[in-house]
Amino acid sequence: MPRRGRRMGPGAGPAPAEKAKDFKGAIKRLFKELKNFRILIYIALILAIAGSILSIIAPSRLSQITDKISEGLVVNRENLEKITTNITSSLGEITAGMQTSDLSNMDISQIPDEIKNSAFKEFEIDGTIISVNDQIEFLDKMSGIGEDMTPEEIYSKIDEMPESIQTVVKPFMDMDAITKIVVFLVCLYLCSALFTFIQSICMTDVANKFAKSLRSRISVKINKLPLRYFDKHQAGDILSRVTNDVDTIAQTMNQSLGTLVSSTTLFLGTIIMMFYTNWIMALTAIGASLIGFILMFVILGKSQKYFAQRQEELGNLNGHIEEIYSGLNVVKVYNGRKQANEKFDILNEKECNANRKSQFLSGLMQPIMNFIGNFGYVAVCIVGALLTMNDIISFGVIVAFITYVRLFTSPLSQIAQAMNSLQSTAAAGERVFEFIDEEEISDEKAVTKRLDKSKVKGEIEFQNVVFQYDNNDKPTINNFSAIAKPGQKVAIVGPTGAGKTTMVNLLMKFYDINSGDIKIDGVSTKELTRENVHELFTMVLQDTWLFNGTVKENIIYNGENIDDAKVEEICKVVGLHHFIKTLPHGYDSIISDNDSVSAGQRQLLTIARGMTQDAPFLILDEATSNVDTRTEEIVQRAMDKLTEGKTSFIIAHRLSTIKNADLILVMKDGNIIEQGNHDELIEKNGAYAELYNSQFEL
Amino acid sequence: MIKLLKNLRKKEWLLALICLILIVVQVWLELKMPDYMSEITVLVQSEGSQMSDIIHNGAYMLGCALGSLISAVIVGYIVANISSTFSMNIRKRLFNKIGDLATSEIKQFSTSSLITRTTNDITQIQMFIVMGLQLLIKAPITAVWAITKILNKSWQWSAITAIAVVILLSVIAVLIVIVMPRFKIVQRLIDNINCVTRENLTGIRVVRAFNAEKYQENKFEEVNNELTSKQLFNQKAFAVLSPTMYLVMYFLTLSIYFIGAYLIKDAMMTEKLSLFGDMVVFSSYAMQVIMSFLMLAMIFMMLPRAQVSAGRINEVLDTEITIKDGTIDKDTTDERGTVEFRNVSFKYPDADEYLLRNISFKAEKGETVAFIGSTGSGKSTLINLVPRFYDATEGEVLVDGVNVKDYKQEFLHNKLGYVSQKAVIFNDTVKNNVAYGDNGKGEITDEKVKKAIEVAQGKEFVEKMEKQYDTDMAQGGTNVSGGQKQRLSIARAIARDPEIYIFDDSFSALDYKTDSVLRKELKKYTKNATSLIVAQRIGTIMNADKILVLDNGKCVGFGKHKELLKSCEVYKQIALSQLSKEELDNAE
Repeated sequence: MPRRGRRMGPGAGPAPAEKAKDFKGAIKRLFKELKNFRILIYIALILAIAGSILSIIAPSRLSQITDKISEGLVVNRENLEKITTNITSSLGEITAGMQTSDLSNMDISQIPDEIKNSAFKEFEIDGTIISVNDQIEFLDKMSGIGEDMTPEEIYSKIDEMPESIQTVVKPFMDMDAITKIVVFLVCLYLCSALFTFIQSICMTDVANKFAKSLRSRISVKINKLPLRYFDKHQAGDILSRVTNDVDTIAQTMNQSLGTLVSSTTLFLGTIIMMFYTNWIMALTAIGASLIGFILMFVILGKSQKYFAQRQEELGNLNGHIEEIYSGLNVVKVYNGRKQANEKFDILNEKECNANRKSQFLSGLMQPIMNFIGNFGYVAVCIVGALLTMNDIISFGVIVAFITYVRLFTSPLSQIAQAMNSLQSTAAAGERVFEFIDEEEISDEKAVTKRLDKSKVKGEIEFQNVVFQYDNNDKPTINNFSAIAKPGQKVAIVGPTGAGKTTMVNLLMKFYDINSGDIKIDGVSTKELTRENVHELFTMVLQDTWLFNGTVKENIIYNGENIDDAKVEEICKVVGLHHFIKTLPHGYDSIISDNDSVSAGQRQLLTIARGMTQDAPFLILDEATSNVDTRTEEIVQRAMDKLTEGKTSFIIAHRLSTIKNADLILVMKDGNIIEQGNHDELIEKNGAYAELYNSQFEL
Repeated sequence: MIKLLKNLRKKEWLLALICLILIVVQVWLELKMPDYMSEITVLVQSEGSQMSDIIHNGAYMLGCALGSLISAVIVGYIVANISSTFSMNIRKRLFNKIGDLATSEIKQFSTSSLITRTTNDITQIQMFIVMGLQLLIKAPITAVWAITKILNKSWQWSAITAIAVVILLSVIAVLIVIVMPRFKIVQRLIDNINCVTRENLTGIRVVRAFNAEKYQENKFEEVNNELTSKQLFNQKAFAVLSPTMYLVMYFLTLSIYFIGAYLIKDAMMTEKLSLFGDMVVFSSYAMQVIMSFLMLAMIFMMLPRAQVSAGRINEVLDTEITIKDGTIDKDTTDERGTVEFRNVSFKYPDADEYLLRNISFKAEKGETVAFIGSTGSGKSTLINLVPRFYDATEGEVLVDGVNVKDYKQEFLHNKLGYVSQKAVIFNDTVKNNVAYGDNGKGEITDEKVKKAIEVAQGKEFVEKMEKQYDTDMAQGGTNVSGGQKQRLSIARAIARDPEIYIFDDSFSALDYKTDSVLRKELKKYTKNATSLIVAQRIGTIMNADKILVLDNGKCVGFGKHKELLKSCEVYKQIALSQLSKEELDNAE
């Protein structure tokens, strides 16, 4: 019946769950989050309890069947006695003159038939007429029965009796009563199965929908976190929360909650039922199991230790394997394989030993559980037999207890297991909630201003901008001021780490500046929503980000009102059209991660995507650095098309690409050390001039 | 799976045989128990039976239970032994095999997949062996034995048991047929979820710049919905299993009793008692039969997963080693420190296109030869031919005048000091990281380690650390910066005292100043050593004796910096694209 959850297989064993930092807190939180599913959970839990109760009731009914059947084994004493008294009284008349009253010692055959016929009278028991002849025959057979005969011999005598007597004396099997109980039990079992089924369905529903909502929340959360979060956390970590952790929660919750409730009910219910039925037997059953349980918990405690040890050894071994595999080239060239192998052997052997021990100990659980069951069985039978013989209990009680012992032993180990998986739930839940609770980017509800994309003139002013990354001890951008006039092409040059990309991040409002201001057409970006700012910019980055999808989807991306003709037109401008046409499905070809699309083509695709946006500002962050020189020319041309009439910011190492910029900002250590156009800067003969001239010195 | 099991050794087969015998004993004992049970039942039932008889039978039954427990414990011990040893040996074989694989093969499998194969997949197999050795042997024996025990009792009972087994197995079969294909779909959808999330994470700036948060969320929601609905279907389908299982088992017991009641009713008086006993026995044997069929079904559900793991392990074990070790283990020529490429071409075994075409050059003793070109031009592949990470498809690579294929690898490697693109740091002390491996010249002394670190410009930061040269490095060197890691891995090469240095873009994480100082110091320290340098930065290679310019796997220029600036268009373009950066930081 509702004994769900995985059985403890010999190999599975109680692997130590990943421990939550704050188990209670995590579980509390989990229940809080489950509020929306309250009703379904309550239904499930009530059904679990109901199912358990039914499975406790069942054994007592089953024992009634056994009782009824065994009643059907016993000779109908009452009728036998009636026959005997009738015959004895008849005989009494005969023997009145013969002075023998002992029926069995009398030699019936010596009595003449006439006497018998006149003395014996037909009589009726339960509607069956016992004829005189039958009575005589009965008397005949009975004469051979002595005190020392075994029940089998007596029963075989009965089989030889005349039919009428057999009918009357034969054990009475109360088929009606048995059928009634069977029907009742069938209903009971069906109900119980139905309860279990509905309960599983409810919990599955809850678990999966909860998991789904968690995943959605994580997905939404990702886009609400400040970018600095991603500076500190790896993508893999977040990914594992979306999949592994959420999965763990769903699975373990599904298993543990139902099991915990039904097992506890079963456990308590069985104890109550046992004491209710017969306290001596109850004590016997519990006592017999107790010894086993103590043994089990001792082993469980021990094996936990070894499991932890195995987990640790496995971790060490895996660590070593990972280390060697990922540095295999170095290991080989340095002839470090011997060293690696030696360490591997040691770790491998340690793991093997730890594994052997934990495996063995956890494998003990099942046989011991079986033994407890059998031990309980025998104990119950012996004590039960004693009590039956003294007529304290009926045989059915023993049968009931045989089931109780079984019901009693299984939930405990299930409770232990459920607790274990609840630990995993808590640990996983903690990680998921930690992510969901992460601080979000500042709220923008108070922002009222809005710049219309089509009406923006295109002026940007940096006023004493200061910015510092969270984990840096000095500002990356220090007191940066500059003005970009509408339609200007602004180039930012400088060595790596000078803060060029940071400037882009600030412009896009990915990060909030510490002090100073950035103004678009005189409006501070602080007064604009991020969405509004993003709308005004087209951005093409060095790393070409494409997603799994068709070429067209990748180009249109989030854009609205972009038809196929427009996509094609843009691709022609960028010089992609021909390439796309060579793909198997043209614009509907799927681009996946490791495809035949080269770096240059990927870059062009991202540029095409940028062009669909048609924003007044443009940012190109080293958009050509991944591309070989021939492709760069094409990209360059495409970019020039892109920058026409727009205020653009270009970051590039190649000085030739920025020579025609209206404003060149030379950055170093977060400051602009020079600004002006190419000619002015060359004339100034400063850092830029040095930079530019060095090209020709070599 | 079977193929993998051939790896079991004789001793393990012997143990498995003992296991088999013990399991037979165990089954025998377990099947004996119901006999005693029925005996006890009858005794309890009938009047006038002696208490001593009951205790007697109880003792026998307990004896059986204890015997079965003991044999189960021994089996458990043996199984734990076999499975642990087996997985240890397989893991060892796999580890060794992977050590022998060529870089191209490793790339094909991908390092992370190889790691999973050595860890996860082996654990899967191990679990299966544990389950298999016990259940796979026990279940059929129990089933057959129990069936023979009950077969001649009463055909009605046998029939009802058969029906129960058939119902159970068909429920399981239907479930497997319906659910299994969907499991694969679920797996794919989980991959999709991962993919969409990864996309969002890697492209977070683009997503935000395009105000595409909603777009991503919708995309995620679509996959999420699909996954949830498929998973719900699967799990709901499986929710049928457990109630059905119990229902069938309870109904079976009930039916046996009900049929029993009729049988007893109609029986002769003499047969009644024994029939009653039979009924009790039968119901417990029937349970055994059902349970063993369930166990078998469980194994067959587990088998595919183990099969997949076994396949993945075998795939690695069966990979033919393409890099065969040579025989030469001492110098046979007078040449020292030379590297020569003779018309070398290279392509991956199954690829159509060549990564390198007809490359020829010679690096003389003490020379520095640099390789430059755009990404994907084949620079790294080229120098990886020297330590035989790959073997040239055509042409010859000679070190000290001998084809690298003829050297015993260990001997060849002793001549080389290789520094990889991505610095490799082991989970060990700084000292041991630098003194790593074996250079065939005896142990690398602490003195040498210190000197090597000093040359590699690492002295300052190492000595600033709390335990200096004994500081423990985290795995992957996460407790030091990228530049520091690179300096340590360069120091590792220096400490070996090699004839030939190979730097595979090993200076990229260093700032320009450190880069140039390091190279100057290195030059001073190793006057006679030959260096092969792959670099992205012009500044790093400007002063090389020879520069080889690669473009799409072809050599498009060979000579000195100044010459190439004039003669080689590709080189000139690369140089020009970088000068801005160079000039700001580089004092040269």
